[in-house]
Amino acid sequence: MERLMRKSDFISFFDLSRANDEELMEISRTLGLALNLEEMKAIRSHFKRWITDVELQTFGQTWSEHCFHKTFKGTIEINGRRIDNILKTYIAKATKELNKSWCFSVFEDNAGLIEFNDEYLIAAKVETHNHPSAVEPFGGAATGIGGVIRDILGVWGEPIALTDVLCFGPLNINDVPYGIKHPLYIYRGVIAGIGHYGNNMGIPTVAGSIIFDEGYIGNPIVYCGCIGILHKSHYIKGTRAGDYAILIGGRTGRDGIHGVTFASTELPEESDKLRSAVQIPNPFMEEKLRRAIIAIRNERLASGITDLGGGGISCAIGETAHKHNLGVEVILENVHLKEPNMAPWEIWISESQERMLITVPKENLKRTLQVLEEEDVEYSILGIFDESKILRVKYKGILVCEIDLDFLFNPPKVIRRAIDVKYEDSNYNPPEPRDLCDELLSLLSDPNIKSKEEVIRTYDHEVRGCTAIKPLQGDYGGPNDAAVIKPLKDSWMGIVISCGINPFYPDPYWMAAASIEEAIRNNICIGGRRIALLDNFVWGSPEKEDRMGSLLKAVEACYDFSKALDAPFISGKDSLYNESPLGPIRPTLLITGVGIIPDVRKAITSNLKSKGNAIYIIGITKNELAGSAYFRGKKINGGICPKVNAELSRSIMNRLIKAIDEEIIAACHDVSEGGIGVAAAEMLIASEFGMIIDLRKVPSDLNRSDLILFSESQSRFLVEVKKGFEGKFENIFQGIPHSRIGIVEGKSLKIIDLKGNILEINQGEIRRAWR
Amino acid sequence: MRACIARVGGTNCDLEMKIVLEEYKIKAEIVHMKRLIKEGLRGYDILVFPGGFSYGDYVRAGAIWGKEILAKMRREIEEFIESNKLIIGICNGFQVLVEAGVLPDDGISEVPKAVLATNISAKYECRWIYLRVEDNGEVLRVPIGHGEGRFMPSSNEILMDLIKNRCIIFRYAKPSGELANGEYPYNPNGSIYDIAGICNKKRNIFGMMPHPERAFFGWQMPDNRGKKYGDGKKIFDMILGGIIESHSMEKN
Repeated sequence: MERLMRKSDFISFFDLSRANDEELMEISRTLGLALNLEEMKAIRSHFKRWITDVELQTFGQTWSEHCFHKTFKGTIEINGRRIDNILKTYIAKATKELNKSWCFSVFEDNAGLIEFNDEYLIAAKVETHNHPSAVEPFGGAATGIGGVIRDILGVWGEPIALTDVLCFGPLNINDVPYGIKHPLYIYRGVIAGIGHYGNNMGIPTVAGSIIFDEGYIGNPIVYCGCIGILHKSHYIKGTRAGDYAILIGGRTGRDGIHGVTFASTELPEESDKLRSAVQIPNPFMEEKLRRAIIAIRNERLASGITDLGGGGISCAIGETAHKHNLGVEVILENVHLKEPNMAPWEIWISESQERMLITVPKENLKRTLQVLEEEDVEYSILGIFDESKILRVKYKGILVCEIDLDFLFNPPKVIRRAIDVKYEDSNYNPPEPRDLCDELLSLLSDPNIKSKEEVIRTYDHEVRGCTAIKPLQGDYGGPNDAAVIKPLKDSWMGIVISCGINPFYPDPYWMAAASIEEAIRNNICIGGRRIALLDNFVWGSPEKEDRMGSLLKAVEACYDFSKALDAPFISGKDSLYNESPLGPIRPTLLITGVGIIPDVRKAITSNLKSKGNAIYIIGITKNELAGSAYFRGKKINGGICPKVNAELSRSIMNRLIKAIDEEIIAACHDVSEGGIGVAAAEMLIASEFGMIIDLRKVPSDLNRSDLILFSESQSRFLVEVKKGFEGKFENIFQGIPHSRIGIVEGKSLKIIDLKGNILEINQGEIRRAWR
Repeated sequence: MRACIARVGGTNCDLEMKIVLEEYKIKAEIVHMKRLIKEGLRGYDILVFPGGFSYGDYVRAGAIWGKEILAKMRREIEEFIESNKLIIGICNGFQVLVEAGVLPDDGISEVPKAVLATNISAKYECRWIYLRVEDNGEVLRVPIGHGEGRFMPSSNEILMDLIKNRCIIFRYAKPSGELANGEYPYNPNGSIYDIAGICNKKRNIFGMMPHPERAFFGWQMPDNRGKKYGDGKKIFDMILGGIIESHSMEKN
């Protein structure tokens, strides 16, 4: 490599034209570019001159999986078939075909934008921060929250709610392999990091969940979501030639260098050495940054804005210029630094947190800088946009980067190979248990079902005073299916936020289908409607055929069920290469649902309300327990995977919303993990009442009480109907499988099994097991 | 009537406070400390220190802002208090008042007479708690959200003074109205004497850890969400009652 390299004071030059394949890869590795041979060759043939380290790093960042999503935009070969751009072919295609007038800007920006009402928009984004959290849990998770908040600011949204879904290895395992941190350490760090950042920023954390499984020991997952609100007229994205590029917020340092290339490869055993790739969180800085941005927004001073995330300044400014068909010249020494003597390439790609890029027309420059000063926010004027379509960077008078933006944003397409991945249903059932009550209690205390109160309470979910439906209900912290935020002072309308995640269902297609349906179901339970979806794929290496195969199946399900359930995707993000010395991560798809409710006062909670009210089940209970909490507890691999009948599902949910609007529903709860048994028990937790239900009345062809009680068939709800409205309710559900299975009474859960025996668990026992 | 809701970097409960004050037809303005130092408190009848994490709560919750007030606005604040105007500190704002020596005292004490220490649970907690209003025994539900809310007077004498002068206005209780008596989670932070909120002798400075502004409207409450107002309104009625009354008397 030495023969191809020349060094000056602060910059290195490389002569790629003389480099052979081996040397190309050596350069890619030594500089930490994570570019493959194909990509290095493309750069070699494009440049007829020596190339600088700043330029090479720019390619490394912009062409990374993390920034460019090469896999989703690439070509996939499966069984001799070729599929181009699975993002467009599946996920975005459903949105396009559904063609909803309320989708304002989707898959375009830092976040998806949908209408809230005629005047306002909802901004929504969910990110992952897995690799950093695996190495440095506190900083990794905190900066995950910081990053997703900036995504919302990056579309001029005022952040109003946060979500977090976390997946860890079991907390009680004894030993972890060399190079992997103990799940308990990661768990504590991640939770503290999320609380620290969200609480400090004064944004309520309102929804989420936590999943434990051995598949997450090597690779934990940290999903961070943020919801924002803005007036339609606030959405300004029209950078022009002559506008200033201004970097605002925190200073640039050596933290977070090569974060994206690190996120685009597998975690090695020596992952501790990668700590420098994790950024340092400073929510206090971001709070000031938010104030400044909202003030600039309200005065409409800027022509554009974007977040500095992966790839730092290089990606933010390159993307902004490219998107608006412009070029730009950056004066790199203008950047405020945390430490002296940083090399130009380090400044250029550092991912230091709490920074944003705004573009400001000349006439607004003075006032913009004044606002920044008022809010104590530092700024660096990076340069001015022009019409050249070239990305030029100068450092102390020397040109250190000159790249044609059209070339930079057209990386060579990757081709991935996939094989068919499918789960074969097997009709295996465990022996019938002796005591159903014991089974139910042990499910309630399963770490995946059990209350997450201990964690939820460390997040402020009430700040801003907008949380109408809270993540914990009542003194015993009962579960609600979704959270409701009332964003505007003068409107009763609310935003309903829900999640769906079912990584344990063994078939990737049906796993995705169930996650989509669950997100929608949870939203509907509260009274949410007109639901938009966000997808977050966390998979293993796409360079391996089986991982790619299951990813493809999940993506297919996204198209099928988004379309069939009439809920468009508006934003998404994939995190691939989640591999560790323990192997690939359990493929995990998080679906976030964002709905609206006309009046937050009419939102439905899941706790039982009143003695004598009838309890109904809606939907069919089938022998679908593969991957269920019940089978997992018994360590059974097998059974039939839960499936979604989209037509039935849609019909049920439309009718349920009708019933909620007729105000005949007192409580409603989604039937998911742990089946009817767990759903019924959960309805008691935050209630002063109990209920009795009769399994003989549940619409089902199953002949075993345990299977009826714990089946995880989809599209089911437990509903408490207000007294006197049973007839009206049954009318609404005419022609749909539903049945009156019980009544609210007493202070215990009574279950009549198929033999007519009455089993009873009192409320105290349920609360003890679950909490 | 005009209220100033002060803020610095890290303050974040200013907007909900403004909404509440506006319900009382009070003209409420959110003012950055920089401007306040420059322009002073003239024209304001109420000064609010809202919740948040002022200056990131680095050092200790409320400490930096508390000292900034002493350094830059001491005389101004003293005059404000002397002229019987109203100061309210909620959560971080309460921490700021205590750190500045404004509470518990009349006037500004040389050394803070109390501290809001780290919760006994050693963690940040967000939960709805029951407050007993010491004036009338009423039990109210409001949320708390803090990591440092354990009220500890620096001496027994100070506690006795607070009790004697009826300066303890809110105490943590059980749903029945019986005092929490230190029992978690009813007393969520381990506050001495179940103290949740205090005032000065003249009753024109109020500080409390719970957030009544998050329980002001019926829809913000965890249950009975159909009513127009929630329990937090009763707290504001109490705090603002005096000043609103005297203001309207002056006008007449």
